[in-house]
Amino acid sequence: MWRFIGRRLLYAVPILLGVSIIIFALVQLAPGDVTDILIPPEAPKEVADILRHKFGLDRPVYEQYFIWLGNLLQGDLGVSIFTNQPVGSELASALSNTLMLAIPAAFLGFTLGAVLGVLAAFFRGGWLDKLFSGIAIAGVSLPHYWVGIVLVAIFAVTLNVLPAQGMGPEDGDVWDSLRHLILPVITLSLIPMGVISRLVRASVLEILSQEFISALSAKGMARRRILFHIVKNAAPPTLAVMGLQFGYLLGGSILVETVYNWPGSGGLMNLAIFRRDVPVLSSTILVLAGIFVAINILVDVLQALIDPRLRR
Amino acid sequence: MADQVSAREAIEGPIPTLDPAEALARAREGKGYWKRVWESLKDDKVTIVVAIVLLLIFLAAIFAPLIATHDPSKGSIIGRLKGFGYKDHLLGTDETGRDMFSRLVFGARLSLISGVLPVIFALLIGGSLGIAAGYLRGRVNTVIMRSMDVLYAFPSILLAIAICGILGSGLENTLLALTITFIPPIVRVSETVTVQVRSLDFVDAARTSGASSASIMCRHVLNNVLGQILVYTTSLVSLSIILAAGLSFLGLGVTPPDAEWGLMLNNLRQAIWVNPTIAALPGVAIFITSMSFNLLSDGLRQAMDIRL
Amino acid sequence: MTVADLRKHFPIKRNLLGRTLSAVQAVDDISFQVIKGETLGIVGESGCGKSTTARLLMRLIEPDAGVVTFDGNTVGGAHGVGVRDLYRDVQMVFQDSYASLNPRMPISMSIAYGPLSQGMNRKAAMAVAVKLLEQVGLNPVLYANRYPHELSGGQKQRVNIARALALRPRLVILDEAVSALDKSIEAQILNLLIDLKQEYDLTYVFISHDLNVIRFISDRVMVMYLGHIVEVGRVEDIYARPEHPYTKALLAAMPSMDPRKRTETAPITGDPPNPIDPPPGCRFRTRCPHAAQICEDRTPSLNDGAATGEGHLVACHMRDRRSGHPEARSSGASQ
Repeated sequence: MWRFIGRRLLYAVPILLGVSIIIFALVQLAPGDVTDILIPPEAPKEVADILRHKFGLDRPVYEQYFIWLGNLLQGDLGVSIFTNQPVGSELASALSNTLMLAIPAAFLGFTLGAVLGVLAAFFRGGWLDKLFSGIAIAGVSLPHYWVGIVLVAIFAVTLNVLPAQGMGPEDGDVWDSLRHLILPVITLSLIPMGVISRLVRASVLEILSQEFISALSAKGMARRRILFHIVKNAAPPTLAVMGLQFGYLLGGSILVETVYNWPGSGGLMNLAIFRRDVPVLSSTILVLAGIFVAINILVDVLQALIDPRLRR
Repeated sequence: MADQVSAREAIEGPIPTLDPAEALARAREGKGYWKRVWESLKDDKVTIVVAIVLLLIFLAAIFAPLIATHDPSKGSIIGRLKGFGYKDHLLGTDETGRDMFSRLVFGARLSLISGVLPVIFALLIGGSLGIAAGYLRGRVNTVIMRSMDVLYAFPSILLAIAICGILGSGLENTLLALTITFIPPIVRVSETVTVQVRSLDFVDAARTSGASSASIMCRHVLNNVLGQILVYTTSLVSLSIILAAGLSFLGLGVTPPDAEWGLMLNNLRQAIWVNPTIAALPGVAIFITSMSFNLLSDGLRQAMDIRL
Repeated sequence: MTVADLRKHFPIKRNLLGRTLSAVQAVDDISFQVIKGETLGIVGESGCGKSTTARLLMRLIEPDAGVVTFDGNTVGGAHGVGVRDLYRDVQMVFQDSYASLNPRMPISMSIAYGPLSQGMNRKAAMAVAVKLLEQVGLNPVLYANRYPHELSGGQKQRVNIARALALRPRLVILDEAVSALDKSIEAQILNLLIDLKQEYDLTYVFISHDLNVIRFISDRVMVMYLGHIVEVGRVEDIYARPEHPYTKALLAAMPSMDPRKRTETAPITGDPPNPIDPPPGCRFRTRCPHAAQICEDRTPSLNDGAATGEGHLVACHMRDRRSGHPEARSSGASQ
C-alpha cells in the first residue's frame, strides 16, 4: 500500500511540472506585458526597460521559467500588479471562502445524488425512477449560474427571506452567516447531485444484474447484507467521479461566486481578469490545479483501500 | 468429396451463384448496425421529440433574420423591461428595450456556434488521438495519454478560464479554450473503447490480411468505436453549451453588443429586481438546448445498447 | 515451414527502469517442422502455449527469439520476407467465431477485405468472396449481405474459414477452430476442412485440446506442455505407442468407448505448475510418477531420446539410456 501511495505521489511530479509549463506558456502568450499596465503609453521607453529589467523580462524565456518555478517551490506566488500585495495571502483567504461553499455543496450533492440514484435503481422503471432520473438530468442540464439568478429572484427579490449576495457582515452572528450560505450552496450542489445520481443508478443496476448478487440472494442472504455488497462494488467508480466533481466545484465556483458576489477564489479570478492582473490569475489557477491533483491522489488511495485489485 | 456435394445438392438443389456487382450492392443494403440503431431510435418517442426540438432551434438560428420579429439591436427608451406581449413584443423587451424574442433567436447563432463547434473540433482531434493511442499502444500511447493527464489536472472550466482570462475575451479564444477543455475526456473515452475493440480477434484477422494500420483503424476499428464516442460526445455538447454561455456570462466570451444567451443573462442580471421573468429567459433557452442534448445522448446510448 | 528455438515470454512485472522482473514463459525455445501437405495437430492442456505458438507463427505477436522459415525464406528480420508477403501464404482461423468477424461489416466484405488489402479491385475481391461463400456451403444469395449476429456459430466459423482462404494461402493455422461448436456442427466443419484441403492443396496446423478431433484430422501430432514440446510423431504412433509420461496420461484420460478399458483412477492429478515460475529441469516432473533427480537437474530435449519409428521424438530422460535416469530403457523403451 505504501508503495502504491509513493508511486502515485511520484507520478504527480511530472503532471504538476506540465501544469506549470502550460500556465507559464499562457502568460507568455498573453498580449502585452506588465509594463503596458503599469505605465502610461506616452512614458519614455527607458522607463519601460528599467521595469522590464526589474521583473526579469529581459532574460531568456527558459531562464524566466526556472526563476518563476524556483520562486513557486519556495512558496512565493508572485506579487499582484494591481495591489502590489503578495498573491499568497490574498489567495489563502479566498480559498478558505471557496471551501466554505464547496464542502457543504459537495456533501449535499453527493448524499442526495447517492440516495436518489440508489432509489431510482431499486424502483427501476417505476414513477419514482422516472421522477428522480428527471431531476438528475435537469441537474446536469441547468446552467447553474442561471439557477443562482433564479433563486435570488425567488427567495431574495420576491419572497425576501434570504440574502441575495455576499457573506454578510464579518461580525455578524452564525445564523446570519449560515443564511448567506444557503442559496450558493444549493446552486453549487445541483451538478454533483445530477452527475452522482445518474452514475450511482447506472452502477447499481449493473451490479444488480451480475450473477453474484443472484447467488447471494439464492444463498438466503439478508437484503441488508446484499446492499452492503452492492455499495462496496459501486463505491470505487463513484468515488472517482466524486473526486472529479469536487475539483469541478473548486474550478467552476467562479460562475456561482460571481452571481452571489462571494469573495472566494472564483471571485478573485474574476477580479483579476477584469483588472488584467496576470500574476493573481495564473497563481490562482496553478494552486487550484495543484489542489485538484492532490484530491485525485487521495481518491486513488481511497479506491485502492476499498478495492485491493486497484493497487497496481 | 464429390459424393458429399451431390448429396447436398440432392437435398437443397444446386447452390445459386451471385454476380459480384450485385453482391457488392447487397452488402451495402444489409441490415447493419446503424440501420438497427435507427430502427430502435424510431420507436423512442422522447428522443424523437428532443431531436425535433433541436432541429427547430438550429433552424431558428440559421434563419434568424426571417424569424425575428424585430431588429435585435434596436432599443427603445420607453419600452424597457416590459413583460410578455407588450405591444407586439412576444417575449417582452430587455434592459434597453430591445425585443427579447428576436434577441433570443439571434442569440442562438453565437450560443450554438460557441457551444457545438468546440465539441466537434475536440471530437475530430481527440477521437483521432484516442483511437491512435488505443490501437498503436506502446510509446504513442504513453506520449498521448500522459499529455492528457497534464490537461486533466485542470478541473473542468478552469483551463478554459485560464486560456480566455489570460489571452483575452472573444469568440476565437472561447472556441480554442473549450476545444482544449474537451479534448482530454474524448481522448480518454476513445482510447478505452479502442483498447477493448483492439483485443478482439477480428482486428487480428484483419491484420493477417496484410492491411496497413491506417486501413484497419478506418475500416475495422472506427466503425466499432464510433457509436460509443458519439454518444459520449453528444453529452459533452450539453456541458459545452452551458460553459460557453458561462464564459460569456463572465465577460470572457462574445463581446457586446452581439446577442448571445450567456451575455444576455449577464446584461439582465440587475433586471431581476424589476422583471424577473424576462431576466430568466436566456437561461431557459440555455437549459432547453442543453437538456435536449443530454436526452438525445441518453436516447442514443439506449438505442446503441451502450453501458456507461 | 520450419520453426527453430521460438520463444515468447510475457513480462508481468517490471521494475522502475522497465526491466522485466518476472514473465510468463508461454513458449520456451520450441522447434518443429510443418511438412507440405500434411495436417500437424498440436495438442495440450489450456495454457500450454498452443495459441501463443499460433500467434507467433502468424507474427501477430513478435517472438523474443527464434527463427521461422517458410519455403526456405526467413520470416521477419532485416533480410526476411515481410509479414505482408507471409500473409499471402499463411492464414489463420481463430477460435472465437464471433469475435473474429467484424460485427459492423457484412460477412462478404469481411471475406473480401483480404484481397482488397492486397490490391485487388472491389469487384474481383467480391467475386472471390462469393465463390468462397459457395464453397463453404453458404448460399451467397442468402448470406452475402448478412451480418455476423445474424448467423449461427457454425455458419460464422464457415465464414471465418472462407476469410482465411480468400488470400489463397498454402498453410492455414486453425486455432481451436471447432472447439466452441456443438459436436454435430463440429463434424460438419471438420469434413468441410478436409474437403477444402484437398481442393486447394493446403497444409494445416490444427490446434486443439480435444484428442479425438486431433486424431481424426491429423497426420502428425505434437504434444505441448507448459511451453515445451514433449512429444512429436505420426498420429498412429502417438495414439498407439505414446512414449512420454504426459502423453500417456493425456491419452489415458480420454473417455473410452470400451467399458473394459475404462480406468477408475485418474491418470494425472493436480494442475500444471505456474508458468510464471516453471520448475527447473523437466517441466512435467512435478506431476510425473517416474520423476527422478536427473529430471530436476537437466531439461530433456526432443533429441535426447532415441527416435522410435518414423520421426517419433520424445523429450524424456527415460528414453535416453545415457541420461542416468533409473528407469531409462526399463520402461517405455519397448518398441
